[in-house]
Parts: sequence; C-alpha cells; structure tokens
Amino acid sequence: MSRPPVFSSLRRNSLAAALIALQVAVTLAVLCNALFIIRQRAAEGHSLSGVRDEGDVFAVDIRWHGATAQIPSRERTDLAALRSLPQVTDAVASIDHPLGGPTLGFTITLHPEQPDSLVQSVVYPVDDHGIDTLGLRLIAGRNFGADQINDWSYSSGLPESIAGVIVTQALANRLDPQGHALGQIATLSPGPITAPIIGIVARLQSTPNAENSPLEQQSLLWPALWVDPRGFYIVRARPGEVGAAMNAVRTKLYEIDRQRLIMSMQTLTQARRDAYRGDRAIAELMGAISAILVIVTSFGILGLTSYWVAQRRRQIGIRRALGATRGAILRYYQTENLLIVGAGAIAGVVFAVAANLWLLRSVALSRLPLLYPLVGVAAMLLVGQLAVLWPALRAAAVPPAIATRAV
Amino acid sequence: MFAYYFDLALRSLRQNVVLTALMIIAIGVGIGASMTMLTIFRAASGDPIPQKSAQLFNVQIDSYGPQPGVPLAPDFLPYRLDYIDALALMRAHRAPRQVAMYPISVDIAPPDSQRDPVQANGHATYGDFFPMFDVPFEYGGSWGSAEDQSHAPVVVLTRRLNDQLFGGADSVGRTVTIEGDAYRVMGVMQTWRPTPPFYDLGSGGGRYTADDEFFLPFARAIDQHWRTAGGFGCPSRAGIIRGWDGMLTSPCVWIALWVELPTAGSAAQYRAFLHNYADSQRQSGRFNWPARVALRDVSQWLDYNHVVPPALTTLTGVSFAVLIVCLLNAAGLMLAKFMARIGSVALRRALGATRPAIYAQCLMEAAMIGVAGAIVGIGLSETGLITCRRVLPDDFAILTHLRTGDILIALLLAVFSALAAGLYPIWRTSRVAYGAALTGQ
Repeated sequence: MSRPPVFSSLRRNSLAAALIALQVAVTLAVLCNALFIIRQRAAEGHSLSGVRDEGDVFAVDIRWHGATAQIPSRERTDLAALRSLPQVTDAVASIDHPLGGPTLGFTITLHPEQPDSLVQSVVYPVDDHGIDTLGLRLIAGRNFGADQINDWSYSSGLPESIAGVIVTQALANRLDPQGHALGQIATLSPGPITAPIIGIVARLQSTPNAENSPLEQQSLLWPALWVDPRGFYIVRARPGEVGAAMNAVRTKLYEIDRQRLIMSMQTLTQARRDAYRGDRAIAELMGAISAILVIVTSFGILGLTSYWVAQRRRQIGIRRALGATRGAILRYYQTENLLIVGAGAIAGVVFAVAANLWLLRSVALSRLPLLYPLVGVAAMLLVGQLAVLWPALRAAAVPPAIATRAV
Repeated sequence: MFAYYFDLALRSLRQNVVLTALMIIAIGVGIGASMTMLTIFRAASGDPIPQKSAQLFNVQIDSYGPQPGVPLAPDFLPYRLDYIDALALMRAHRAPRQVAMYPISVDIAPPDSQRDPVQANGHATYGDFFPMFDVPFEYGGSWGSAEDQSHAPVVVLTRRLNDQLFGGADSVGRTVTIEGDAYRVMGVMQTWRPTPPFYDLGSGGGRYTADDEFFLPFARAIDQHWRTAGGFGCPSRAGIIRGWDGMLTSPCVWIALWVELPTAGSAAQYRAFLHNYADSQRQSGRFNWPARVALRDVSQWLDYNHVVPPALTTLTGVSFAVLIVCLLNAAGLMLAKFMARIGSVALRRALGATRPAIYAQCLMEAAMIGVAGAIVGIGLSETGLITCRRVLPDDFAILTHLRTGDILIALLLAVFSALAAGLYPIWRTSRVAYGAALTGQ
C-alpha cells in the first residue's frame, strides 16, 4: 500500500537518495575488508607457540658480569635454587624464549651430501628440564638425559657432536616426509655437527611474527646448559602463582649473589603482547576507522531523513487527514530507507569483492569469505533502520490538523 | 558585497543549526581521519637522507643462482653480499666512495674504570661511511683509509655511548676496551638517527630505529672473527659450512655494500661494471647462471624492502575511503538544504538577483562550511595523532605530528571538497524557474 508514494518520492529526490546509497556501498566495502583484516591479525596474535599456559611461564633476562669461567657453576646454583622454590614448578636456562627476539639459526638435514635437503631451523639450547618448563608435548621419542647436557655459549665454539636433538613435528616432516625422522642421524651446520633425532614435540614456535613463513614451527631443542653472559632463565610458576613466583625468583637470585643483572622479567603472555603490538595496533586502527564510517553514514541518513520529514510535514499531515495511520507513515519512511540502503548494500557487496581482489595482491590478504558481505549487508540494513527511526517517529507524530493550515 | 554574502550565508547556516553541524562534522571527520593516516604514512615513508638519496646506491648480486624447491620471486636477489663479492667490489674501487658493512654486537668498557662492560650494537664498516652518509660529528671525525688498510683498533662512538662511557666529555684519543682489546676513539658522532636506518635495514632492533652505538673498521672485525649480529642467509649450494674460514669462502650473504655515485652517468657506468663483474664470475665458473645485478638508490631500496608496511598503506587507503564517505554525506545534506531553499532563491531572483549572484551566495555558504570543517578536521587529526602515538609501537609512531603544510592542505582539501559537494545543488538552485516556484508550484 505504501509502495507507490515511496517510489515517486524517491524519483523526485533521486540524487540525494543515490548519495546515501553510495555512502552505504563504500561503508560496506570498507567494513567487510576491515573486519576481515582484523580477524586475520587477531588470529596471528594467537599463534600457537607450543608453550602450555603461557601466563604461568615467565622469562628472566640475565646478564652476567665478571669471569665467564664462573658462569656454568653459578647458573647451576641458580637453577637448583629456583627449582626448589615452592611457587615454581620448573626452570631452565636458554638463549631466548619462543616469544622473544631473534634466535640462533642452524641448518639441518638428514642427507648432508644433498645441498637441496638443508632446512632452516631455530635452535633452543635447553637441559633436561626444557620440555617440562616450556610445557611442550613430547609426541614421540624421549627427553634428554641429565648426563647428556654440556655447557655451551657463543664464545665456547661448536661441539663436534651432541647426544641428540629433539625436533618439532613440522621440522621432522620437512626432514623426512615419510615420517621416519625419529632415530635418524641429523647433520647441523655451521659445524658440521651430527646428532640423532631422539624426540619429537608437537609444536614449538621458532620466532614471533613468522606466521606466513615456513620457518614458523621449524625449531629444535639442543642438549646444553646455555652459559653465555647473555641469556634467559625461563621459569614455570605453579598455576595462578606467577606474581608470587616472580617476586620469589628475584629475591632468591639477589640472595644468592649479585654477579648478574636482571634486565627484565615478563610472562610469555606479556611478551606475546609486545611481539604482536604492531598487528594489534593496525587492527585497532582499522576498528576505529570502521566505527567512524558507520557513525558518519548513520548520521548522514538521520540528517537527510529529518530534513525530508521537515520538508514534507504538510504532505504528511494531508495523508494523515486522508486516513493514513501513524503506523503507515512510520512504515513509509522505513520502506524508503530499506530501498535506499538495500540498493547501496548490493553495490557495496560488489565494491567489497573488488577491494578484496586488490588487497589480495597488495597485502596478501586471503579471499573474503562470503559470510563477511552477508553479515555486512545485514548490519547496514540494521544501521539504516536504526538511523531512520527517530525522524520516522517524528513524521508519524505530525498531527493531521496541520493539513488545514497554510504554510 | 562580500560582507553581504557572508551575512546571508551565516543567516542560512543558522536557520538549521543541526544540519549545519552535521555537515561540518562530516567534513571534519573525513579530513581528520585522512590527515591522521597521511601524516603517519608520510612519517613511515619519509626520505631518511633527502640531500643525497639519489646518489647513494645499494649493491645486489645474484650469488644464489636458481634455488630448486625454494619458493622465491622471479626477481629475487639476495639482500646482502657474500664476503668474496663484497671484498672484490671494495678492492675494485670503481666509485668515488664505497663502504661494506655488517652489524656486530660486542662488550665495551672504559679501561680506566671499574664499571661493568656494556653490551652494544654497532657496525663494522669503512672510514668512508661517515662522509658518504653525511654523519655529523660532535668531536673528532672518522678514521681514514690508512686505518682501514692497517686493520687499526679504532672506533667512532655515538653521542649516547660517549655519554655513557665518558660522561659526554671529548673522548677523542682516549681508549675503550672492546672484547678485551683497547680501541682508540677517533670521533664522537652527534645524534644521528636516519629514519628508517636505510644503510642496513633489519639489522637493528626495530624497523624504524637505528640502535647503532659505535662503528669500527671492517677488516679489524673480520680479524677478530666477529660474526654478524644481523641477517645471515645461505643458498643451497653453500652446503655444510666449516669454521670461520669456511664462512668467509661460503656463498652465504651477510654484508651490505653501498656506493656513492654523484651523477647519472657514473651510476650507469657502475651498473655496467657490476654486470661485468657478475658475468666474469660466471666465466670463471663460480656462478653457473646468467649475471643478474641491481643498483638501487635509497628510495628504491626502501621500496624493495617494503619499509612501509603494506598494512599501513591499506589503512591510509581506507582513511581516504572515509573521506569520500564523509564528503558524500556532506553533499547529500547540502543538496537537501539548497533544494529546500528554492523558495527564497526564487524570491531573490524575482527581485533582480542575477544568476552569478546566486552562485556566489551559495558558494560562500559552502566555503564557510568547508572552513569550519577544516578547523574541526585539524583538531581531530591532532587528537587522532596523539591516540596513534599511544597505540602504535614506537618504531611506527616517531615523527608523527601535523606540519604547517599539512594544515594548509587540510584547509584547501576541506574548502575544495565542500565547494565540489555543493556544486550540483548550487547549480540546481540557481536554475530554478522562479515564476513557478513563487506561485507555490
């Protein structure tokens, strides 16, 4: 019933209606892609480090000073003391942690005579407490024995051979696609160093922000006590006692002696937040811009419709006088809005796909799932209806008596 | 006349304060969003050495060759040079100035103090580094080619490290202990932070901040067997590397090489020389693939390294989409407003106002909206930048403040876009058939 006046009125205001529709289209296109980028970034920020309960694990950044020859025995004292703290379940010394900075790189292969078979990997020197402290899942083979651990640092040079290495599942599959890496002899370079693969862990992130590179999960554990002047203690606290454990560790270490500086102490959750700060910032800015867009568009709809209502007060009054109900007037504006926003939304889906195709090339975004434009269309229709509600209610409130007055 | 139009516009704007405010806010938000992102984008993509960026060239050689099984772009070239190529090009000395460099990380201590050593990042390079990159000195200066050739234990400190070690005093001629050996201080740099640190990207901590604290001769660092603290990549033919000498003779890349070529002619000559060098390596059997080289100036090098994160480019594009939406918004509102004024325009036309006069009156109104929008927009940009400085990591957010030029651009953009948005409505308004409009048709 209310269709014909809607169409004829839209024709008369076709340009303004087209401007609204175009706004809706651009907003929809940006919104879909922005939300998609935000989702992707957020997913990267939740990469699987392989570390169980990151919030319970913290890294203590250590600098030793004084004679380097003393470091191994001092570290043993430290680690023994840390492991016996009531708030701590386990602790290990290493070069860095999976959410820290750049780490130690080695190439590894099962076929040293074939240069093409060399695979990049990131090395974590740890002793037999490494797997438990980090909470890695050992899916095949065994852990290092306490007697297989040698001291190692940047300056101590490379050993000729080591008792074994534990690799990630991803690395094992790269080394032997048939899945028989366990037990084979691996050759590591520089060196060369030979070692059997004695264990496989499910996951261990090599370095943050490597999500799209093959390096992401190519890490290995190396049986060593890391005794360099620069290194980390990685400590696992009892669940929920991380704050107390950090205080206890600091107190304990200073109680033992002051031969080392504690540069910083942070949980892996905090480290993750730092490592992915750029990603999160981009996601936040995208979110802010999307919100601004939606607000601007809805105010545009609100402003224009209010204006139309003000302009048509007399006509509305005449319609009311001729018997149109308040509901009919309300529906009139809602229908009008639905038509304009609907047309814009359809164009917007086309824009969104076009923008996505462009982003595919420029920022390696993947293809937009159909869900996003669909949700976007629904959201735009809803925003349109909400924006039009107030002016439409005002229109419905126009008294029929206004028809009898001259303007 | 101007004052009269101004007064008319003001009356009209006051007639519907809400609509006027909506238009101003729409333009303001659009300008604010786009100027904020544009400023950040420009800060991220700025020229770190504008006076010389077209004369400084990074050298790349295809020392990898085909890499079966490794997904590489067809135009991939190693980002750095291996030791053999770097040394050969330094010895050839075909450019007025050339420097090889690699990042190192060492312990430094003042010998005359019981204080603890500090760990510092720096570069092993050649004395030409400083004149080549216009590095300003606080005290002393760079070392010369004699020190380069004699592998001398000399060092140039940054102001920050000099403050730390010598309390900011003129330390030229004094010694510091680096990894146990005494090094004579040749010079202390003034604060020098090219942004981004184009000369060796990715060797520092962050993308946009050089954290170099010292520089010392390249040959000396090689003598000391100091490994690179930066990127180290190997082609598959490198195979297993044995020891320090094995690394020097390997095709693994870890050295950055820059040349200064003052004229286009000298750049072309050097490019030809480089190609010939790579080709001679093929003829001698070291490379068994066709010669491929690249000589990129500073801005080309930054592009090639994607120094501006692609996501930031996207964000800037999105912010301009916001501007477009805001302008469409303002245009729609302005259209509604002018169309509703047809009655009063018709009256004015009937009383003798010419069409140009109507144009001028309406344009004045649109321009006023534009100016007001620009003022709101500049305010919003400043707010946006303050927020971004808080949200973005430090390496993105340095240098993000609005420049005077930006303010002018924002003003022009706002006024121009308000006029553009008003153009069609104004045209429609001034075309009104006033006879019909007046009789209430």
